[in-house]
Amino acid sequence: MQWIFNEDSPIYLQLIEQIQLRIVSGIYRPGLKLPSVRDLAKEAAVNPNTMQRALAELETSLLIYSKRTAGRFVTEDLTLILAVKKKLAQEKLKDFLMNMEGLGYTTEEVLILLKESLEKKEE
Amino acid sequence: MAEYILQCNGLSKHFGSKFALDQIQLNIKKGRIVGLLGPNGSGKTTLIKHLAGLLTPTTGEVLINGVPVGVETKKIVSYLPDRTYLNDWMKVNQIFDLFADFYEDFDRSKAQDMLKRLDINPETKLKTMSKGTKEKVQLILVMSREASLYLLDEPIGGVDPAARDYILDTVITNYNANASIIISTHLISDIEKILDDILFIQNGKLILNQSTDVIREKYGQSIDKYFREEFKC
Repeated sequence: MQWIFNEDSPIYLQLIEQIQLRIVSGIYRPGLKLPSVRDLAKEAAVNPNTMQRALAELETSLLIYSKRTAGRFVTEDLTLILAVKKKLAQEKLKDFLMNMEGLGYTTEEVLILLKESLEKKEE
Repeated sequence: MAEYILQCNGLSKHFGSKFALDQIQLNIKKGRIVGLLGPNGSGKTTLIKHLAGLLTPTTGEVLINGVPVGVETKKIVSYLPDRTYLNDWMKVNQIFDLFADFYEDFDRSKAQDMLKRLDINPETKLKTMSKGTKEKVQLILVMSREASLYLLDEPIGGVDPAARDYILDTVITNYNANASIIISTHLISDIEKILDDILFIQNGKLILNQSTDVIREKYGQSIDKYFREEFKC
């Protein structure tokens, strides 16, 4: 998975989102030890201070935790991971619905379209 | 130990009637990567030359680690000038000798390592190198010192995008919590991901000193875009 940044929002917020995504999608599985701040910063090509800030905020949200001297780990609390996953999904859905509304679709039409695409995908 | 690695108090420089720097008031903490941005002729290089001790202020003072710029501060400041001062008949190895002689904190093995990664032969003379390769060699020299303050004046202008990534990588990897880096450049979008703070100067005046995150949060756009709007010609 690539680290990609857009132009509009602060880098640390984008880092938080992308690390969350890695956790809920299982790339960083529960209980995994995360690479060091420096290595993560290098991988994402960002300033280590920025990475540090993102990790600190993720710690506050309990998605990751640190053991003194041992490093940082992904939480093993699956309920929490699922909750974050659902929140991310809701945000994506909100964007999707807004885009559809922008195209002039009503809620019913969106549902029909969605059903059509899902059936097509299954084929 | 001083809290700030760099302090400028009312720093002004006049060249005749021109104010190249006008009452610069600036503190930079340890462990920050700072971008020095501004249009052509705004005073970026003049400011950096004051920090490196190559120019003396008309009024005001510059303190590095709490000490006025002088012999002692040059030991902890690693400076990449905007143009080369190295003799072009020298081979890379000879320049390494020179640096090892001049600077106690020069880490030769680190320099050789970087040279290898960038595939530059240490037996090549500077004269026979392309502009980009020369720039890489100079940056290697400067980043191989264990300094407290790095001053990089236009470090990536002449190098290709792949080498640019490598150089930024080098900056991040060699980053140490006690060292600060000041980078002046026009290639904002290439480096803004690694910057903690941004300094904008215009006509010798410091018009903005802010963290990158705050600028993005406040204006909802990248530093590159913000710069283009702020300094629209």
